[in-house]
Formats: sequence, structure tokens, C-alpha cells
Amino acid sequence: MHELGVVFHIMDSLEKVAEENEVTGISKVVLELGEVSTVIEDYLQNCWKWAARKRALFAEAELVVEKLPAVTWCDDCEKTYPTVAHGKICPYCGSPHTWLLQGNEFNIKEIEVY
Amino acid sequence: MKDVRILEIRQSVFADNDRQAEALRAELREKGVFLLNLMSSPGAGKTTTLMRTIEALGEAFRIGVMEADIDSDVDARTIAQSGAKVIQLHTGGMCHLDAAMTRQGLEGLETGDVELAILENVGNLVCPAEFDTGASRNAMILSVPEGDDKPLKYPLMFSVCDVVLINKIDVLPYFDFDLEKCREYIRMRNPDARVIPICAKTGEGIDAWADWLRAEIRSWRGSMQ
Ligand SMILES: Nc1nc2c(ncn2[C@@H]2O[C@H](COP(=O)(O)OP(=O)(O)OP(=O)(O)O)[C@@H](O)[C@H]2O)c(=O)[nH]1
Ligand SMILES: [Mg+2]
Ligand SMILES: [Zn+2]
Repeated sequence: MHELGVVFHIMDSLEKVAEENEVTGISKVVLELGEVSTVIEDYLQNCWKWAARKRALFAEAELVVEKLPAVTWCDDCEKTYPTVAHGKICPYCGSPHTWLLQGNEFNIKEIEVY
Repeated sequence: MKDVRILEIRQSVFADNDRQAEALRAELREKGVFLLNLMSSPGAGKTTTLMRTIEALGEAFRIGVMEADIDSDVDARTIAQSGAKVIQLHTGGMCHLDAAMTRQGLEGLETGDVELAILENVGNLVCPAEFDTGASRNAMILSVPEGDDKPLKYPLMFSVCDVVLINKIDVLPYFDFDLEKCREYIRMRNPDARVIPICAKTGEGIDAWADWLRAEIRSWRGSMQ
């Protein structure tokens, strides 16, 4: 459900961009998606295909998702570690006082237009 | 052959909504309408807490309620019994409200004379946290049966909230919910969030919640000049 709402948001934003840049069609949309973002890529692709059929501008637009790795910072030992492998607990000192540095991004990187 | 070019966008998917939310927040400030966005999992007690809130603050403020639901009007009918102004928003399958939908809701509510507008967001701990509605303050309800580890599992929700109501404390004896541990987890995610244990069913703790809300509305009004 979240993915469909998000797809509508992306398409709304890009329709504005297309208007401002006198674009007639979009052939590719490149997104950056953090590894631990709340969005699931497979769902996103499915929702994209469904929504793209209903909007002329996106009829031929391929969706490309580039993954960004998630990295967590430990407040106690001041080291960073890969989030997905270790979760919330620091693998170096066992502390739970940790923060996500990057990995929940969800950006529109670029589009290919004609 | 089509003449293809690349346009760099480099903006968050949420950037557009964030801009609309900022604009709405500024407008509401001008009009003097305090908007509270109330979020939680399904069934945590949003509607019950709202009824108690209207009871406690209905004399002090003219209250308008927006009930967001995927496809029913059960909650709106409940709220209507309190005498408060209420409007049902159907999200058409969407799992959250964005700033544009909130704006439409406020227009439908005819906020002319409303001083405190409350949005009951869709029951969900993920999506509403991503979409700024333009609210003056964000509140969430975590109910005891959901477990004390939710701040760890849904960090974003807890980090966007100004206040966390821990509801259904009447059932604490039956669950292994550790209130102090929960406070600690919330503090880790958001040191500024106020935590208020309540029982919407009996009304316990509602005074503290109403005091908090009253004080926030005052300080929001005070910072207007
Ligand atoms: N034991 C107990 N039950 C409660 C309390 N508050 C609410 N409930 C019950 O929890 C159920 C859900 O409450 P609602 O207020 O409808 O919850 P909600 O968050 O509005 O639910 P949705 O709108 O469906 O997401 C109802 O059966 C309430 O009576 C409480 O403090 N203690
Ligand atoms: Mg409800
Ligand atoms: Zn550490």
C-alpha cells in the first residue's frame, strides 16, 4: 500500500518537472533507495507498472532502483558498522546506543527524457 | 530516433510533500488553527482517546476532527456523538495522509471557527511517519498489547512525534510490557518526546495529556507574534 502512494508521489513530482522542462515522454526513472528504507523494491516495481499504464508520460518509463548501503554509528565506541548484518546492537562493544547514519534514503536521482 | 537526454533531479521523494506541508503549516499559523496529527497502529485507541480529549478540552477550544480511513465512516460517526465538528476523509486505499489531502480535509471542515483541528491518521506506524501533514504537533499512541519494543522497530515514527501516549495501561498486569524500558527506548529515538501513560477507557492520565496539549497550544499561539 505504501509503495503505491509513493509511486503516485514520484509521478506527481515528475509531471511538474516534465512541464517545466518541456518534456514529452520519460524513458527511464532512476531512484536511490536505502537498504533499510521502509519501501520494498519488488512492490515498488509492481506498483510502478500498474500506475505507469494509466499515465501517458510514464507509459514507456522503465524504473531503475539503485540500492544505497545502510551504515550505523555507535555512540559508545564511536565506530560505524553495516546495519543489515548487525541491527541495532553494536558488534564491537554490544551497546544499543546506536544511530542510523545512512540507509533510509529515498531519492529521485535522475530521469531520461525525450 | 528519439533525442534522449538526462535530467538530474536529486531530491527526496518526500521533498514535494515537505514543501506543501510547510506551506500549510504557515497558513494555519496565520489563521490561528492548531493542527494535531494523531497516529498509531490500528486499534491502539485513537478514536477512544479523541473522545476523551474532546470531553476534556471541548469547552476551552472549538474542536474539529478529521477522521482518515481507508474506506469506512465508523469513527466519524462515533466522534459526531461528542458534538464536535467532524469530517470523514477517505484515503482511497492509501495508507497515509499527505499534506495535500490534509488541506482538502481542512477545507471540508470549514475551519473558519475551529481553533483545534485534530487529524486521526490512518492506523499504521510506517507510512504516516514519512509524510508530513503540515501539523503543528505530532502525537502517537502506543498501546500496551503492542509491546514495549516498538520504538526500536519503528524508529522513524517515534522520532517525528512530540508526544507519545502509552494507552491501555489498565491491561499492564496481563502483558510483559515494561513501562520504564519503553521510556528508555523512546528516549533513545527521541530525547525530546514527552511520554504520557493513559487509559482512554477509564480516563486515567487524560488530565496530564489535556494539560500538555493546552500548554502546547498556548506556547504555539505565544510564538505567533
Ligand atoms: N482495555 C482498554 N481498551 C481500550 C483502551 N482504549 C481503547 N480501548 C479499546 O481498543 C479498541 C480500539 O480502540 P479505538 O479507539 O477504536 O482505536 P483506534 O486506534 O481508533 O482504531 P482504528 O481507527 O481502527 O485504527 C476498542 O475496543 C476500545 O474500546 C484502554 O485504555 N484500555
Ligand atoms: Mg479510530
Ligand atoms: Zn559500539
